[in-house]
Amino acid sequence: MTIQVSHPSTGQTQAHIADLTNMSVKPRSLWMDAWSRLIKNRASVVGMVVIVAFTLLALFASVLAPHNPLQINDGKGFLPPTWIEVGSNGKASDPAFFFGTDTLGRDVLSRTLYGARVSMTVGFLPTFIVIIIGTIVGLFAGYRGGRIDNLLMRLTDVFYAFPDLLFFIIVMVTLRQTYIGQLLNGLFLLFSALAVVGWVSFARIVRGQTLSLKEKEFIEAARCMGATDTRIMYRHILPNALSPVIILTAISIPGYIITEAILGYLGLGLIPSTNPNDFFITSWGASMLEGQTAINAQPWLLLAPAIAVSLVVLAFTFLGDGLRDALDPRLQGTQ
Amino acid sequence: MAANEVLLNVVDLVKHFPIMKGVLIQKQVGAVHAVDGVSFDIVKGETLGLVGESGCGKSTTGRAILQLHRPTSGSVFYEGKDLVKLKGETLRKTRRRMQMIFQDPYASLNPRMTVGQIITEPMLIHDMTTQKDTQGHAERLLKLVGLNPAYTSRYPHEFSGGQRQRIGIARALALEPALIVCDEPISALDVSIQAQVVNLLEDLQAKLGLTYLFIAHDLSMVRHISDRVAVMYLGIIVELTTRDELYSHALHPYTQALLSAVPIPDPAIEANRKRIILTGDVPSPVNPPSGCRFRTRCPIAAEICKQKKPEFREVTPGHWVACHMV
Repeated sequence: MTIQVSHPSTGQTQAHIADLTNMSVKPRSLWMDAWSRLIKNRASVVGMVVIVAFTLLALFASVLAPHNPLQINDGKGFLPPTWIEVGSNGKASDPAFFFGTDTLGRDVLSRTLYGARVSMTVGFLPTFIVIIIGTIVGLFAGYRGGRIDNLLMRLTDVFYAFPDLLFFIIVMVTLRQTYIGQLLNGLFLLFSALAVVGWVSFARIVRGQTLSLKEKEFIEAARCMGATDTRIMYRHILPNALSPVIILTAISIPGYIITEAILGYLGLGLIPSTNPNDFFITSWGASMLEGQTAINAQPWLLLAPAIAVSLVVLAFTFLGDGLRDALDPRLQGTQ
Repeated sequence: MAANEVLLNVVDLVKHFPIMKGVLIQKQVGAVHAVDGVSFDIVKGETLGLVGESGCGKSTTGRAILQLHRPTSGSVFYEGKDLVKLKGETLRKTRRRMQMIFQDPYASLNPRMTVGQIITEPMLIHDMTTQKDTQGHAERLLKLVGLNPAYTSRYPHEFSGGQRQRIGIARALALEPALIVCDEPISALDVSIQAQVVNLLEDLQAKLGLTYLFIAHDLSMVRHISDRVAVMYLGIIVELTTRDELYSHALHPYTQALLSAVPIPDPAIEANRKRIILTGDVPSPVNPPSGCRFRTRCPIAAEICKQKKPEFREVTPGHWVACHMV
C-alpha cells in the first residue's frame, strides 16, 4: 500500500485531506471476505465437494445408474458385491452389480444412486420453505415489537414445544392414505411436516438479530433519510441478519436428511415406487429397512445407503462448521 | 440575531420514555423524563451548540426534533410547519430538509452496502436521482467531503473512523438539507481527526449555507464552532446565550461550574484558579427534584428553589437563564 501525502498548501488541504492512504487493493464486501475464509477451510471445501457430488449424482441418477433400479433379475437375488468372490450365502458375485443385488435381484448401486434424490431434496426443499417462513416471521416480530412480537413469539413457542419426531410419525401415519399423503410418493406430506416444525428456530434467530440490529445507528439514519419500514427491513436489517441464518441452514440440513432416513426406516417416509417414470423411486431410509432383514445374506444392502447417509450428513456438518467460522470470525473454535 | 429568519422553533418539547411493568398486561409505572420542556429557536445559518453531561437529554432533544423519537408533547416548527403533527408521507417529505450526523461512525453505516449505495440511498428514496445517475452523485458527494471519488465501490469497514464520519456527512448532505443535527459527531474520533472533521463542517456551512444544531459535551469544541450555546441539565435548558457571552459572563451556577472544569493549558494559572466542584450525582431522570432541577447540587440554592420552578427568562437581551438567584 502506497502512502500518498496530500499537498500542504492551504488550497489543497480540503480536497483530499482524508485521502492519506491510497487503497490499491480491490473493494471487498463482507460476503467476499467470508467466502475467502471459507475456501481456506479444508474440511468445509471437502464438505462442499461431497455435497455437489451427491447433488449431481441425484440429478443424473437416470444416466449414471448402471441398471434400472426396478429391474428384477430372477435367480440373481442377494448377489454379493464384486470384490467378494463368494458371499456367505454361497452365491458368486457378478461384475455387473458393483454393490451386489437385493432380494429380488435389483442392483443395489443403482438403487442407492436413486435414493440420493430423496435425501438431497429433503435436504434442500423443506429448508428453503422453512427459511422463508422463519425469516419473515422473525423480521416482523423483531422489527414491529410490542403485541405482534408477543403474538408471533408465543406461536413460535407452541411449535417449538412439539416433540418433532413424534409429530412426524403421527402425521405420516394418520394422513398417509389421504390424497395429500400420496402426493409425490408421500414426500409432499413429509416436506410439509418438516416445514411446520422447522421454521421456528429460524424465526427465533432472525428475531434476535433484528432486535439487536434495529437499535443500531444506521437504522436510525435510514429512518432519518425517509426510508420506509419495508425498505429498512429488507435492505438494512435482513442482509445483516443473514449470517446466522446461513449457518443454521447448513446445520439443520443434516437433521432433515436423518429424519427422512429414520422415517423411511420406519416405513413412513417415501412410498417406494414401482413406476420407472417416477422421479423418486426409493430412499436411503427405505433401502436400510430392506437391508436390515438381509444383513447376514447381503450386508451391503444396508451398508451402501448407510454410508451414503453418513457421508452427506458429515459433509453438511463440516460445511456448517466452516460457515460459522467464516461468517463470524469472533466465534471461531467455539461450539 | 433577532432580525434574522428563524429556521427552527422548538416550543416546550417534552419526551418521556415510559417504564412498563407486568408480564401479560403491561402497566406504566413511571417515566424517564429525558426532555422536560425545552424551548429554543435556531436562526438560519447559525450553529447552536447544545452542551451538557451525559444523560441530560441532549441527544434525545436532537432526535425528538427530527421525530426519530416522537415527542410526548410540545411542538417543533420548521418553516412554519409543526413536525409533531405530521405523519407518514408528509413527515418524510418535510424531514428531508433536516438530516443528522451520528456519533459512532462505526455503527452508523450499513456494513453490507458500498459507500456509493450508502450515500445515494437517500436520493433514491426521495426520487432525486435515478439508479443510473447515482455514480455521478456519489462521486460528487465524496469530493464534497474531501474523500477520493474513486471510493464509491468500497465498503465501510475499509475506512478509518474519520473517513467513515465523512461518509456519514456525505450521506446527510445528499438530501441537500437546510438543518443538520450533529449528534456528538466528533466525540468518537481521535483528537487529531476531530479538528479535521470540525473544519470540514465549518467549510460546508460556509459553502452550502447550512444551519447546525451541534450536540457535544466538549466545551472547547463547542466554543470553537458555535454562534450560540444552550446548556442542558437533566432534561431542561438552564442557560442559552451567545458564545462570547456564555464563556465570559455565565450566569447559571451550573454553567459556571461546567466552565470552571475546563482545564487551562498554563500551569501557573491552572494552579491558582478557583474551581467550582459540584458534589453528588445527577439525580435520576425518573424522579427529578421538585422546583429547580439543579438545586440538589447547587452551591447557592435557597428555599425558593425547592418550591418553585425557575422561569426561563431573558435576563439581558439574548441571554436566557432559568435560575431564581440571577
